[in-house]
Amino acid sequence: MTGGASDLTVWIIIVVLGIGTFLIRWSFLGALGNRDMPAWVLRMLRYTPVAVLPALVAPLVMWPAATGGEPEPARLAAAAATAAVGMLTRNVMLAILAGAITLFGMLYVLG
Amino acid sequence: MAPSPAPRPDHQTPVSDDPAGARALARTPREAFLHGVLQSLPFLIVIIPFAILFGVVALEAGMDVAQIMGFSVLVLAGASQFTAVQLLSDNAPAFIVILSGLAVNLRMAMYSASLVPWLRGATGRQKIWIAYTLIDQSYALSIQHYERHPRLSLQQRLAYFAGTAVVLCLPWMAASWVGATVGRAIPDDIALDFALPITFLAMIAPMLRTPAHLAACFVAVLGALLLAGLPSGLGLLIAAPLGMATGALVERWAETRKGMA
Repeated sequence: MTGGASDLTVWIIIVVLGIGTFLIRWSFLGALGNRDMPAWVLRMLRYTPVAVLPALVAPLVMWPAATGGEPEPARLAAAAATAAVGMLTRNVMLAILAGAITLFGMLYVLG
Repeated sequence: MAPSPAPRPDHQTPVSDDPAGARALARTPREAFLHGVLQSLPFLIVIIPFAILFGVVALEAGMDVAQIMGFSVLVLAGASQFTAVQLLSDNAPAFIVILSGLAVNLRMAMYSASLVPWLRGATGRQKIWIAYTLIDQSYALSIQHYERHPRLSLQQRLAYFAGTAVVLCLPWMAASWVGATVGRAIPDDIALDFALPITFLAMIAPMLRTPAHLAACFVAVLGALLLAGLPSGLGLLIAAPLGMATGALVERWAETRKGMA
């Protein structure tokens, strides 16, 4: 059991998501073969990661489940530090480190 | 052939007759495979902890080890696995979980598209294996390698990709299992809930390199926050395409301006 979903539901999700993800990865490589895609499609696809992942994370940062959905300074600061260090250094590990240090530092200080 | 839609790793000027280029061209497929293996190793510093974390988070969301391995073997895509687990613990309906997970993975269509010119001539079976193991890191490493050494043979390209895929994908599965089995040993009060947002932000921030990327990100975040009241995951499906369209518009606008200048 996961949340309100039955085991069967979870397995259906896993299998459908697995097949769908495979088809996305295979799509152009497998089916398109030698043809090219319209420029506007490529243009939109280019922004997929920078649109999807931040949109996914933003509510988790603003209203973290761990605090019962209340905005919380340590988590906000940690998110800001991660983004800032990531943008400045372009280094994923440094960004994670900055976020973690900020989070644990502030949780410690704020008690 | 106009090659690929970005995201381009910052690549050096392609030099075909430098020593590294000559070495790359002289490699047997076996050596190219080992070269891919070697260059992938540093990425394990991110992949292994991330996979352990997935096992822990999924376990805490109520999944059993078989389901966790189902995710890591059949789906094999970190961000969407976390998304699905997150939405499942929010009691989102199954179709929202599936659609959101697929939306997160849509970027891989772009990876698939940009590999087409490099892997022309590969057999159907080879393309199936590549599609299955096409993750952010195997893509980024391989496309960088292909662009750096444009004269590699198809066999060398396939072997290099296989090297990255083995080193990146198998540990993902193994470490998920470790997280799922030893996960309960990790204490509850160390704010692990926030590891996911931090990891995602850390992966995205370095990609925000043009005004168009920033605009796409900003609109998507704004949309997600404004639409947060909608049923789980639905806001994401509206906010993300809005952000992508914004990015495309800003890019086009910037190109037109440059064209006129």
